[in-house]
Amino acid sequence: MADLPDLKVRVGPLNLKNPVLTASGTFGYGAEFAPLMDLNRLGGIVVKGISLRPREGNRPPRIVETPCGMLNAIGLANVGLEAFLIEKLPWLRRLGTAVIVNIYGHSVEEYGEVAAGLRGADGISAIEVNISCPNVKQGGMAFGTDPDMSARVTARVVKAADQPVIVKLSPNVTDIQRIAMAVEDAGADALTLINTLTGMAIDIERRVPRLANVSGGLSGPAIRPVALYMVRQAVKAVHIPVIGVGGIMDYRDALEFLIAGARAVQVGTANFVHPRSGLHIVGGLTDFCRAHGIPAIEEIIGTLREE
Amino acid sequence: MGLKSPEMAAAAVPGQFVMIRVRQGMDPLLRRPFSICRADGDLILVLYRVAGRGTGILSEMRQGGSLNVMGPLGRGFGRPFGGGRAVLAAGGMGIAPLLFLTDSVWPGACDLLAGFASSDQVIRPDRVGLFNVGMSVATDDGSQGRPGTVADLLEEHLSDMDPEPVIIFACGPIPMLKAIAGIAMRRDIPCQVSLEAAMACGLGACQGCAVKASGRGDRAYWHVCQDGPVFDARDLDWGAF
Repeated sequence: MADLPDLKVRVGPLNLKNPVLTASGTFGYGAEFAPLMDLNRLGGIVVKGISLRPREGNRPPRIVETPCGMLNAIGLANVGLEAFLIEKLPWLRRLGTAVIVNIYGHSVEEYGEVAAGLRGADGISAIEVNISCPNVKQGGMAFGTDPDMSARVTARVVKAADQPVIVKLSPNVTDIQRIAMAVEDAGADALTLINTLTGMAIDIERRVPRLANVSGGLSGPAIRPVALYMVRQAVKAVHIPVIGVGGIMDYRDALEFLIAGARAVQVGTANFVHPRSGLHIVGGLTDFCRAHGIPAIEEIIGTLREE
Repeated sequence: MGLKSPEMAAAAVPGQFVMIRVRQGMDPLLRRPFSICRADGDLILVLYRVAGRGTGILSEMRQGGSLNVMGPLGRGFGRPFGGGRAVLAAGGMGIAPLLFLTDSVWPGACDLLAGFASSDQVIRPDRVGLFNVGMSVATDDGSQGRPGTVADLLEEHLSDMDPEPVIIFACGPIPMLKAIAGIAMRRDIPCQVSLEAAMACGLGACQGCAVKASGRGDRAYWHVCQDGPVFDARDLDWGAF
């Protein structure tokens, strides 16, 4: 198969077999999707955000469909660090693809504790730090919207972790470049952007918010142009690699992000619509490269022609 | 609506559902869950009433068209050990999974009770090709059958029944399920309910379809798509709905 294009990408210290990852919170702990596809054909899996202690999540209703997208306020429900290490990681470790563990905390110290708890654990390719989830009142938002707090969380995780550290940024900010640079300066190995955009929906008959949490995170193709622009802004502002995410539904969408300079992409809401979206995108990228005589996907990355 | 899929028809058990993409394109984006109403040869049957955009688009489908369908999904109805009769209580479109149950699991050994808003909303078993299934009907406006709700029908039915049913299966809107579960629990009759919930993935990944657990187990929430859609009535926190 000498004519197969080379889809391998380097994302800082991370080597991926292809640039397609599944986004945190949309792919469970991987095992949920194992009966439906060969997970090893993905570039990697980003698991559901892990916190120090288990979290039940928010009261329902937790999701509502919106034009070309959806709002979610799951509330970061997860099994917690200990159960993740005992129940989830041994299974993930056996996969032949990168496993990236998304983490979050309610204080700078707690971020450090989760990262420290993952130290020495076999089978983790990288840590992705969620500083932007808009759903939990005590945490998330405050860090990701402030450059100094973003930097402090980053530095604390970098110090505690023995794996590469990727920081996932919030789009709900006035200047994404300032945050990106602050996180880079604090020692992050890579950036992921964007997380969901904060929004709400109202039931006009009952005149109540359609989410019990009132607000939620908007995802899906509706946010893709915003995500693409922010990725482009970040790529221009930092030297560390950027992973693009936001409304990617097919290989064409993925290519937009790669051309804008993202070194890998994450597929999120698309997994809900078609569980095999990630694999379809891998296939689509392969076909695109072949059709255009491109020997390696790396040759596409960052090739946007701007005046 | 009949969907031709020999694999799904062979695999489906009563209480399970399918996730249907009503059309290609980005809007509406998400699949919609539908109970499987019958598996008949190569077909699975799905009942729907036009209630929103998704079902509106579905209603424009023509015979021979194709749809992207994922399933069967979820845990279906369980069967208690031993013999005895079952009572099936349906509210409106909630009759769908119960028809599947009468057809394949409890032929001749169950009593089907169903409540509808009015006579024009009544769905009879013969609508989906079940010609030997009897059904007692109640309507809210009294335009057909007993005036009142399916819960009224159930109370009456149980007072005439000796011995009591070994189990009650129910599907319908939440207030109706609440009433049925209340009756069953008061009489100490096992009761399984099939829930409907907004869901994005149907696979347990998005955790969007959470319902509050009763605290009998170690979980705070169940996910309707994966832990259900059928639940033991005692495993749900009915006060939280």
